[in-house]
Amino acid sequence: MDQLSPLARVFAYLSLLTIGGGMAAFPEMKVLIVDVHHWLTADQLTHVYSTGQMSPGPNMMMVAEVGYLVSGVLGAVVCALAFFLPTGLLTFGVGRLWKRLEHWPWRSSIEKGLGAVAIGLAVAGLITFGRTAITFKPSMIAGWITLILAVLTFFAVVRTKVNPVFFILGGAVVGFFALR
Amino acid sequence: MSDAAVSPQSKPKPSVLTIFLTFLEIGAISFGGGVVAYLRDGLVRKKRWFDDVEFLEMTSISNTLPGLNATNMAILAGDRLAGWLGATLALVGMCLPAFIFMTLAGMVYSESHARPLATAALRGVAAAATGLIAATWFKIGRKSLRGFYDAFFVMAAILGVNYFKWGVPITLLAVGALAIFHYRPHRGHETRAQEEEEWISSLH
Repeated sequence: MDQLSPLARVFAYLSLLTIGGGMAAFPEMKVLIVDVHHWLTADQLTHVYSTGQMSPGPNMMMVAEVGYLVSGVLGAVVCALAFFLPTGLLTFGVGRLWKRLEHWPWRSSIEKGLGAVAIGLAVAGLITFGRTAITFKPSMIAGWITLILAVLTFFAVVRTKVNPVFFILGGAVVGFFALR
Repeated sequence: MSDAAVSPQSKPKPSVLTIFLTFLEIGAISFGGGVVAYLRDGLVRKKRWFDDVEFLEMTSISNTLPGLNATNMAILAGDRLAGWLGATLALVGMCLPAFIFMTLAGMVYSESHARPLATAALRGVAAAATGLIAATWFKIGRKSLRGFYDAFFVMAAILGVNYFKWGVPITLLAVGALAIFHYRPHRGHETRAQEEEEWISSLH
């Protein structure tokens, strides 16, 4: 119960960093959840984030699973509200102002500038994420299997039109049999 | 006025219940990420509530602001269709299936995370997710990044977070300010119309 207010604060703060998507906030999320508050281990956070990739809708609803694991259903509700409400209000306000900003010359400067930075932050997040997802620590074999799985998924998603959720589920099957 | 007959504005606005159910459906079926493509299919192609220009405008707002595309788009579209109530219901509809999914996942995980089989499956999922997320951003980068400076801003953000350990907020503020300054108004760049076309074609 006493974790609810730190959960709310952490996830409201993290939501403000999600420029271009949730991955941008991942490195900061890892620091706060794993190192500062010890709510999850690095491996657990990677598992929960990965589970989010199997979910329909916003993948970052994984914050609700973090909340659940820390404080039960109430924790899940608090994390979801803290993560989606502040940015939601901001979007609502700016959405209404946007028409008036149509001829504001900095509008397209902000769009273009943040577009590039968002990609950089997402790749940075992905590097942080990939370091726990693809690891040679327990065994070399597991390291190679995870690396090959990631590379195959990358090319499958870039080259085919198949819904990526099938590759994610394929990863679960491979993991189930080969990564015990 | 004859033009208005084909524009979405002239249609009767959908009821808030219809808005809620439409976003609930998209929130429940949009597996595999890329919610924006599902939204375009539902809101522009099937329901015809928006045309491509309006849809593009909403995507550029939601890309520029913090928050996820899925939820930002729900709020912007809901507000345009039925004001704050529409925005609220669209947001709740979009989020509810994922909330239930992830809370149930939490229940399963807290029961079974000690069991090696579930952990093994999730290791495979994490590896595949790494490839999926890399592919998603590779596709976005291939379409939207241009020239030396964009590459520089991408590298600066990566190095700021992963090498210099500035943390995400400082990196975002520093590199973001630099990039926005680089694209400051007086510089000549491609026309918006061209970018809009590319963005629309990138959705499918």
